[in-house]
Amino acid sequence: MFKFNSLTFSVFAAKTTALALVMLVASPVNAKPLNIDVSEFSLDNGMKVVVIPDHRAPVVTHMVWYKVGAADEQSGKSGIAHFLEHLLFKGTKKIAPGEFSKIISRNGGQDNAFTHLDYTGYFQRISKDRLEMVMEMEADRMQNLVLTDKDIKTERDVIKEERRTRTDNKPAQLFSEQMSAAQYTAHPYGIPIIGWMSEMAKLDRQDAMKFYHKYYTPSNAILVVAGDVTADQVKALAQKHYGVLKNTAITKPRLRTMEPKPIAARRVIMRDKRVSSPYVMRQYLVPSYVTAKDNEALALDILTEILGSGTTSRMYKKLVIKEKIAVSTGSWYSGDNMDYGTFGFYAVPASGGDLNALEKQIDAIIADVLENGVTQQEIDRARKVLQAETVYLLDSQSSLARIFGRALVVGQSVDDVINWDDRLAAVTERDIKQAAAKVLQIRRSVTGFLMKPQAAKSAAKSAETK
Amino acid sequence: MKFFSLILTFIALLSTFSTSSRAIEIQKVTSDSGVTAWLVEDHSIPLVAMNFSFNGGAASDPADTTGLSQFLSGMLDEGAGDLTSAQFQAAINDNSIKMSFAASQHRFDGSLQTLTVNRDTAVSLLRKALLSPRFDAAPLERVRRQLLVSLENERENPRVISSRAWIKTMVGKDHPYARSKSGTMLGLKAITSKDLHARAKKLLTRQDLLVAVTGDIDAKSLKKVLDQVFGDLPAKSDIKPVVEAAVLDRAKTQIVDRDIPQSIIQFGLKGIKRKDKDFVTAYVLFNIFGSGQFGSRLMEEVREKRGLSYSAYATLYPLRRAGLILGSAATVNARVGETIKVIRDEFKRMADEGPTQAELDNAKAYLTGAYALRFDSNSKITSQLLAIRKAELGIDYIKNRNDLIRAVTLKEAKRVAKRLLHSDQLVFTIVGKPANVTATSN
Repeated sequence: MFKFNSLTFSVFAAKTTALALVMLVASPVNAKPLNIDVSEFSLDNGMKVVVIPDHRAPVVTHMVWYKVGAADEQSGKSGIAHFLEHLLFKGTKKIAPGEFSKIISRNGGQDNAFTHLDYTGYFQRISKDRLEMVMEMEADRMQNLVLTDKDIKTERDVIKEERRTRTDNKPAQLFSEQMSAAQYTAHPYGIPIIGWMSEMAKLDRQDAMKFYHKYYTPSNAILVVAGDVTADQVKALAQKHYGVLKNTAITKPRLRTMEPKPIAARRVIMRDKRVSSPYVMRQYLVPSYVTAKDNEALALDILTEILGSGTTSRMYKKLVIKEKIAVSTGSWYSGDNMDYGTFGFYAVPASGGDLNALEKQIDAIIADVLENGVTQQEIDRARKVLQAETVYLLDSQSSLARIFGRALVVGQSVDDVINWDDRLAAVTERDIKQAAAKVLQIRRSVTGFLMKPQAAKSAAKSAETK
Repeated sequence: MKFFSLILTFIALLSTFSTSSRAIEIQKVTSDSGVTAWLVEDHSIPLVAMNFSFNGGAASDPADTTGLSQFLSGMLDEGAGDLTSAQFQAAINDNSIKMSFAASQHRFDGSLQTLTVNRDTAVSLLRKALLSPRFDAAPLERVRRQLLVSLENERENPRVISSRAWIKTMVGKDHPYARSKSGTMLGLKAITSKDLHARAKKLLTRQDLLVAVTGDIDAKSLKKVLDQVFGDLPAKSDIKPVVEAAVLDRAKTQIVDRDIPQSIIQFGLKGIKRKDKDFVTAYVLFNIFGSGQFGSRLMEEVREKRGLSYSAYATLYPLRRAGLILGSAATVNARVGETIKVIRDEFKRMADEGPTQAELDNAKAYLTGAYALRFDSNSKITSQLLAIRKAELGIDYIKNRNDLIRAVTLKEAKRVAKRLLHSDQLVFTIVGKPANVTATSN
């Protein structure tokens, strides 16, 4: 089947979110243990280190994760976390402006960075004999960033173009931004990571340096190294380059404005003439892995697999195969953020189809789960699929590095990740029914329709009456 | 997005240029029925990955049913042999098998990934899919509905619009490359199960079949697998060769009006094909000029100095029947004129002066050093092997590739820059509401 929904909706990345917290030591399908020997330790200054050996190729993935993201921005400064991420590629007292990535390239490496709601990460993929070099450079820019006003001006133009490329030119992205804004009435997850254009346009050098000094310090950072290295080698190098850094700021608990009790179902209707095929989305405010109790988050991962993953899911079978009213459907549980997760559904109608009819069908699927739960057979199947996905993951050292980094940066432990597989096996029918009843309440939800403008007739009419 | 993803696929192919210092040992395995596969054995993870490629693709779709090859790629896992679509999908899902197919202009590709423990099931499903697809009415109509919506989406996507308009201008509206491999509304609506059966018979043959495998399997077992999956396919195909494109060799600027805040700028000109004697030199040159990494000329001038675009690149785009050079940037409507001027000036400057010795040295260091990154997972190795086979570069290519890069001289790089970078032949396609730009008449 065509998975073109992943083109249109890559932002959902349902699979990725399900896998966000995945790791295993034992192969789930036949019980032959896989030798992934993850080590974890801390340096004296509080910087945490995780090492994931993979000796298949003589390369390493070196990542530094900061426990700061867009949700930590001060009000009115949206986009500063991401802007600063760009600016870290400018220069330091040692490294000339714009040289950072060029040095990495010249040494046969690749580098990049990413900013999310809860974290900011920097990474290099490079030959293992250059690990020390990249550590030295990354440690240097943790404390010695130098920014000029010219850097600020051109780079601000770049992030504005980035916003236009990623968001303003894409109705689906604008819609998703509006859905989040409606979902979070008080918590900063409702503000886009890249920022609102009006606020981005005003970010200056002072904003960037203030943010940098407040959050870029060893005790607020996590080092993840995956690849052809041993824990002892990494320990010695990390001590030498990161261990000697003094903390320049005090890391405080990350307390954000929390959501008031959700009491009102919300609807977002967006019309845009650039929309080619409309769709409906429904999402609920739910706990994340960090905030969930007992088996709740695991239950939601299994539930979304049953309801909306792939062509054998309940949604696809009902809406696409049986009723023939949708061409694409899916659900997601995004549970890897610190404070909240979302559980959601989407459906794309066949040409000319009706979004209200799709919404009714989604409601019916949800009502059925709330009333009758899911079957043990469905759970077993879903678990098998999720566990097999973890084996596929082992093929990519950079994915592994990301999974551990992302878990640790929001407060999970290496053990949480490694034991995910075992814990998944403990989820019962009752867990799933309870979790569904708790989270799939309409008062926690936002329902969105992304549509073309109403028929040109009425527009023409209003023009005539002028 | 289909066309654009074709471009990205091609960029991935360029990366086959890299080499690995990891001793990648490729075994050539030939089955009893004559199917050859390149195999890299690795038993550290209980997974097997197989990529394969048949001769023929969208460029040879019949004119009244364009989109047929892509339609076929969406139908092969929708029921085969004794299994209905639902049964087939359940078998794939329950055994955690990943199976996919995709049509490009000249090839029809597939990929199979499985856990070792499910290998027999995976092989038997793939055999069914290739030999006895059913094309039942219900899944056929469903996939048709999906393709129609997908096509509607492509039509409104500014990047797809710019890619399509640009390639049409470059090769002429009648060449198969100017057609979308997603087809047309009319073509998609006309396709029947009979058409799909005929297309399957034509495309899925052993002639020029290329296979690459990595992971938890040895040569002896692979030999059997090859015969099981491919052994009973027809030996010969009669795909008609695609005609050579007459590539435009003069400047042109076209504007496609769309109400979006940021204009998409696609640009390029006539280039060279993979077999051109200057290809390796040109490849190094384009790493310097338009790799899209910090330090490359376009990135420095368009983004770093002026903040005009989030990304800016230019690359060789050697299709089998047309050698092209292709690049892209995107900027707020008000700054399109300025961006185009910068791009044009950089083409001219590179043609006039060539790269510097330092730029050449850095590019070589990057290209030869980053080789190993292309081979650090089994799935990447599988793609690399297949790409090398498609480009007919030979089984020793991985060993020799870095020497080819190192051999490029500054003098040669300058000569090739002059040969290729004709700033007065640049064709720009702009989608948006650009300011300070006029379309060329004609």
